[in-house]
Amino acid sequence: MSGEARELRLVAAPAAGASACLHCGTALPEGADGDYCCAGCEAAARVIREAGLSDYYRRRVLDPETPAPRSQAAPGIDLSRHVRAIGEGRHGIELVVDGLHCAACVWLIETLLRRDPRVRLARLNVSTRRLSIAWDGAAELARELVGRVTLLGYRAVPYTADNAARLEEREERALLRALAVAGFAAGNVMLLSIAVWSGHDGEMGQATRDLLHWVSALIALPALAYAGQPFFRSALQALRAGRTNMDVPVSIGVLLAAAISLSEVARSGPHAYFDSAITLVFFLLLGRYLERRARGRARSAARHLLALSGGIASRIGADGAAEPVDPVELRPGDRLMVAAGERIAADGTVLAGRSSVDASLVTGESLPQPVAPGTRTFAGMVNLSGPIELRVDAAGSGTLLAEIVRLLEAAEQGNARHVALADRVARAYAPVVHVLALLTFAGWLAAGAGLHTAVLVAATVLIITCPCALALAVPAVQVVVSGALYRRGILLKSPTALERLAEVDTVVFDKTGTLTLGRPELIASEDWSREDLELGAALAANSRHPLSRALHRAAPHVAPASGIVEHPGEGLAWTGPAGTVRLGSRRFCGIDEPGDDGALEIWLARPDRAAPVRFTFVDPVRPDARETLAELGRRGYRIALLSGDREPAVRAVAAALGIKAWQAGLTPADKCRLLDDLARAGRRTLMAGDGLNDAPALAAGHASISPASAADVTQTAADAIFQGDRLRPVVEILDLARRAQRLVWQNLALALAYNAIAIPLAVLGHVTPLIAAIAMSGSSLLVIANAMRGGRSVPS
Amino acid sequence: MSGLLYLIPIALFLGLLGLAGFLWAMRSGQFDDLDGAGSRILFDEDSSDRKGSEKE
Repeated sequence: MSGEARELRLVAAPAAGASACLHCGTALPEGADGDYCCAGCEAAARVIREAGLSDYYRRRVLDPETPAPRSQAAPGIDLSRHVRAIGEGRHGIELVVDGLHCAACVWLIETLLRRDPRVRLARLNVSTRRLSIAWDGAAELARELVGRVTLLGYRAVPYTADNAARLEEREERALLRALAVAGFAAGNVMLLSIAVWSGHDGEMGQATRDLLHWVSALIALPALAYAGQPFFRSALQALRAGRTNMDVPVSIGVLLAAAISLSEVARSGPHAYFDSAITLVFFLLLGRYLERRARGRARSAARHLLALSGGIASRIGADGAAEPVDPVELRPGDRLMVAAGERIAADGTVLAGRSSVDASLVTGESLPQPVAPGTRTFAGMVNLSGPIELRVDAAGSGTLLAEIVRLLEAAEQGNARHVALADRVARAYAPVVHVLALLTFAGWLAAGAGLHTAVLVAATVLIITCPCALALAVPAVQVVVSGALYRRGILLKSPTALERLAEVDTVVFDKTGTLTLGRPELIASEDWSREDLELGAALAANSRHPLSRALHRAAPHVAPASGIVEHPGEGLAWTGPAGTVRLGSRRFCGIDEPGDDGALEIWLARPDRAAPVRFTFVDPVRPDARETLAELGRRGYRIALLSGDREPAVRAVAAALGIKAWQAGLTPADKCRLLDDLARAGRRTLMAGDGLNDAPALAAGHASISPASAADVTQTAADAIFQGDRLRPVVEILDLARRAQRLVWQNLALALAYNAIAIPLAVLGHVTPLIAAIAMSGSSLLVIANAMRGGRSVPS
Repeated sequence: MSGLLYLIPIALFLGLLGLAGFLWAMRSGQFDDLDGAGSRILFDEDSSDRKGSEKE
């Protein structure tokens, strides 16, 4: 074992040397004994060692930005709801796993689970971060198996695909299958067609041509019947609802091309359009598949963020024991236990205990608020210092959360009126094309041509105007641009978001968590010495209060002091050799006059000093917030700041960033109202916010964006989510949206120009299958090539 | 020209083989995890694994 331990030391922390934790590689706190930085790491390392999987340490590649996973307690929640039975005596579960950083994690998790003889399947999908486990035995085994994964330090929460998600996945697969069939058929039919075209100068005999045509029909007709279904179905749906969409002309064109070709082949005619029909379907499917895939990826990423943020509540049963329950099962009157560090699951009133809560996600308030028996708390707040007991006052539709969701739905209905540009074009396009074909038919008849010729020419008009390029114009740009955004860490969720973003002229920001990082930091000052800081950090290391954590972050090497007494809502006390050291609020450290400047502060009282020292903190603005706002200003956007926080804090940020239009102390309804006022004044707003209180405002804005650290409801409401500490994605998404819109218009112009050339040819009866094939593929490729320009990096 | 009579079926057969291969690969989940597939080939049951299974 000692040999193995040495090997561990050698491989675990090549960069940080011997003073790094053997498991996670972070520097060991000074004076810590042993090889691990915390009990969690030690436990995780023991599990790995005992399973004989120490190779994990050699294989992994640690990203210095993300700390290695630390062991966590197994989830107490009842997993049996998410377990499904597969066959006799076999069960399975699907989970979303968080904390993966490289392939070694996948290997570790899979191998550890497979070691269990009962486990039949353990497979972790790296792309979707979903872990499927199947085992022989009772459903209750799920807890033990999932517990092993969490013990390693990964978060694993049950993933239940809702019907919408399942349907999307099925549709994507069906599209890919149709694409494969269409691709196969298009390739083969085109080969045969080229032979026919090159034989048109008389070298090919009639019998050979008929043979090739019949073979083409044999390939193309079944392929069209299968691969064309997505279009036929959508067209039928639209027609039944009394509308028309892009799929109506597509379906009519494809079906007509097939029918005409078949009748031509049957009477040994010289021209068949099978290749046009199937190539058209192939190109359209390609556009549709790419579009769905780009959108699906962003959506599933967003769904996983949501699954991971779901919590567990501890309900106190009749016997006084706490039992873990799913928050949706809570009822008014239930008693809840909320430990320090936990998120409060329901609106309620504090029954016992004192603590402070972080309400920043709910109200936008940056400073923790003290709570005592009688205080009302809301779902989404985080309990910081001491355990509290709550009585649930509202569940379901009565909660603040539900109120916010209601506002959200009302605001979203307003946004649903936005009709995608492609659909607007299609509405005008389809009737025009059909009338044109009809006129051509009538014109040729009137000019004395036979019925057969008139039908044939009218059909070629429909085939050539089949909106191949037009149907690709918008999706191709959307795919390229959303891919470019995805690489920059921006998830685009709504399909019409790009169009709406391109129209934005005003950007409205929330403060806490959007303009700022929502994470206080210590301000350097003359008021305290290095020694004060280290003493303070030693105490602060024991607390979850955001200011304590900020203090400890300022001196991370300091080991936590032991024997700390926490006075919830007030501070920490520690009795050292020289006497009692106190760290906490102004009053806790013996200063009675109230503070006047509204700054975030902690005081440190030392027995060996006369007066307590004061640490002040600031919630720093995002590192590039100033430049980003300046850049937005240069591009002509108007900027406003709407916050639920107190006035001094908002004024300070507005002054620091040079924002002239700001308002503080707003409720969610206020924000909605202000955005509506802006909309009535003809302004198109982009709302950027992260809090629960911002969610309705996000839906009320013309377009919306929120950081990945935002509350789950907020992320659901936002059109786009950006990751990371920087604010620059706001500029990037606006730039790319404008460029995308430009490209869309260019593409539409290209498609129309193509039609302007091709339609007269078709009306005059000059379009042979060869010309149709060249024109259609040519215009599609042109549009795709133009769309590719959307992916290039933004010139700054 | 009579060569066409068997060349076309052969070409079609090969094409169909490719299509069938693709559909099979899709159905058996080969495209489900494109990111994971690249690293998965590096996993093997090696020395420390065997040590582990001896312990069990």
